[in-house]
Amino acid sequence: MGESLPDVPGGDQERGAAFRRPVRTLRVKMVLLGGSGVGKSSLALRFGKDEFRSTSPTVGCAYLTRVVHLSEVTLRFEIWDTAGQEKYHSVTPLYYRGAHAALLVYDISSRESFIRAQLWLKELEKQSVPGSTLTWLVGNKGDLDQDRQVSAQEGKKLAKDRSLFFTETSALSGDQVNELMLDVAHRVYEHVGEEQGGLTEWKETLPEEMYHRDTSNPLSSCCKVGP
Amino acid sequence: MDGEGQRATVAWETGTLAPVDRLRTERADSPTPGLVEGTEPGAGGKSAMFVHAQSFEDLTAEAEEEALRGAELDKSEEDCTEELKALEEQHNNDFSSDGRAKEEDVSSEAWRSHRKHVFVLSEAGKPIYTRYGTEEALSSTMGVMMALVSFVEAEKNIIRSIHADGCKVVFLTKSPLVLVGVSRTCQSDRELLRELQYIYYQIVSLLTLTQLNHIFQHKQNYDLRRLLAGSEYLTDNLLRRLDRDPGLLLSAVTCLPLASSARDVVSSSLQAAKAKSLVFSILLAGDRLVTLVRKKDQVLHHMDLHLVFNLVGSSSSFREGEGWTPICLPKFNTAGFFHAHISYLEPASELCLILVSTDREDFFNMSDCKRRFLERLSKRSAYQTLKDALKCPSYSVAQVGIPELRHFLYKSKSSGLYTSPEFPVVYESDEEQERLMGLYQDLHSCLHHPTRPLRSFYRCSETENLLAWVTSGFELYLCFSPLATKALAVSAVNKLLKWIRKEEDRLFILSPLTY
Ligand SMILES: Nc1nc2c(ncn2[C@@H]2O[C@H](COP(=O)(O)OP(=O)(O)O)[C@@H](O)[C@H]2O)c(=O)[nH]1
Ligand SMILES: [Mg+2]
Repeated sequence: MGESLPDVPGGDQERGAAFRRPVRTLRVKMVLLGGSGVGKSSLALRFGKDEFRSTSPTVGCAYLTRVVHLSEVTLRFEIWDTAGQEKYHSVTPLYYRGAHAALLVYDISSRESFIRAQLWLKELEKQSVPGSTLTWLVGNKGDLDQDRQVSAQEGKKLAKDRSLFFTETSALSGDQVNELMLDVAHRVYEHVGEEQGGLTEWKETLPEEMYHRDTSNPLSSCCKVGP
Repeated sequence: MDGEGQRATVAWETGTLAPVDRLRTERADSPTPGLVEGTEPGAGGKSAMFVHAQSFEDLTAEAEEEALRGAELDKSEEDCTEELKALEEQHNNDFSSDGRAKEEDVSSEAWRSHRKHVFVLSEAGKPIYTRYGTEEALSSTMGVMMALVSFVEAEKNIIRSIHADGCKVVFLTKSPLVLVGVSRTCQSDRELLRELQYIYYQIVSLLTLTQLNHIFQHKQNYDLRRLLAGSEYLTDNLLRRLDRDPGLLLSAVTCLPLASSARDVVSSSLQAAKAKSLVFSILLAGDRLVTLVRKKDQVLHHMDLHLVFNLVGSSSSFREGEGWTPICLPKFNTAGFFHAHISYLEPASELCLILVSTDREDFFNMSDCKRRFLERLSKRSAYQTLKDALKCPSYSVAQVGIPELRHFLYKSKSSGLYTSPEFPVVYESDEEQERLMGLYQDLHSCLHHPTRPLRSFYRCSETENLLAWVTSGFELYLCFSPLATKALAVSAVNKLLKWIRKEEDRLFILSPLTY
């Protein structure tokens, strides 16, 4: 987690008090799945910091948080970015179990990654309670259109057949990343939030997270815009 | 490793394994540094942090569960066999897509002239890892190696090494893996074997030995690269460290120089942030240990700690968010995974906290431990002292004030910690540093010779003069300019030991804590 994360409980409340009556903060568990190298960590970094940087392959799993403000509620996304490497497969259920949202990511310039995504989907369908996890099929690296191996139609069709939401993104350019985040936020809140026990309330346990002072994230303001 | 057993016997023979407590009270007044284990400069106050370890029963249980789950996964994959087959073919073509520039022509002179090759293969002769080039291009070479191994094994000899044409080929058979080192360096067979052991343990730490055995019992022909995909860079990095890091040679780790009062505050803050499943809390500054707090009666082996260092140092992925990864600490227990919570204290900081837990469901608990630690620490002035210490993580040999002394390695045996100044200008380049490391390795071989170990050793050359000395308390390697004489070198030892004694509060962890 970094300095520019909008994840500042203290800050949120101040703002809430100043501009409107305090809103509830609900916890949303989201998991990123898909083969190695498709851009899951890059998407997570975009979600969290709105940055793009090349990093080394994820070891095990990475956890980060991101706060999204909707008009009537604040959602605190707890994002699990998995490694996608085969040796970690046996521990991955830990992360998608009980997830409210799953992003199944492939790389539009790699057919292999598209097939891998389908394998992940099988796993996911087997393990999770039907309807409890909203799943997005995400074709990443949309900027690599010239090397495209999976057409948008194919992605859409798969999503339709398996009742998934679909989008293409680019973590590199940031294209559609915010839109995806907001879409997830709205849908999760609508579909899961209303159910009894769907989303639990986030209670901050600490007086102050001193290493998350910086509130100047452009995302936090842009995402405040409601539906 | 072998060294330990041997060291223990040396201590016994000389009959100096006196109760540490008594010796410690004497040590403070003694102007001559104790040469006995437990009284040497840098020796820890309480029990040492690194020793051989016992294991957790629940860890073993978990490993069995893990193996079962792995088996289930295998089954589920059979459902999608056609897709997978197509996929695998493709996969084989882009194994190197993980960013390793390995597309080297394996028939080229350049490939052949690498100083040290390392190959890992399965007992069925399937390639698993090569340091240079790709495994596919080398599968026939690996086949030949395996043929050699099995030929000699059939004759009830275990093949150990072949020497030919300025090249040494060393074999390490660790069922179900076979490791082969091909070296043009003048390292001894034992040194090369030690390095192969590290590589073996690196692989075990990713998979556990239980899982490895399970896999190959079920499918002799299994292509292990599938499971190691995306982690080759860890082995690459470990090999680089083996060439450069004195800690791996000395079986020891080094500390961030820090005033002991500040270190004690950091340690006690870490000690206070405990949890039931927590076994080790490790705070690192780059490759240097700031402190290590462990569960009472649990000790970490230096090799396991180096594997943790390698994991953290090789990956930038922990910089984003909090990492949570299964890791097997093979010297602790080859059968099970621990779960490590890895995070940096602050976004751009060098300070990395590793919390090793036995419970894979305990992420949020570990996350909370980190928060509590940081909350406590940031209220104390010691935190600023620590941050200031990061600005000078090393010291210059000039501070010691010994003429002609260029560099040294000093290891306190009872604490498993070593200290060493930064490299002077003469050894600024990577090649020179590796050459010096090579010289230290030679000395190390002489001191640890299996049948004729030397207690001290002096060697002159045109470029430098070297002195090595081992007692039951410490190991010392000194590098002088070629102008130094033997008499000067010998007199330098005492001076250096006194200096280290004077600085030991800062350079070592004298009071390790447990929770
Ligand atoms: N061109 C392009 N490259 C990307 C994009 N997202 C990620 N990458 C690159 O793809 C590689 C793998 O990304 P990473 O996020 O580590 O993938 P992960 O293994 O799924 O987490 C890295 O070199 C990234 O820089 C994208 O949207 N476009
Ligand atoms: Mg990743």
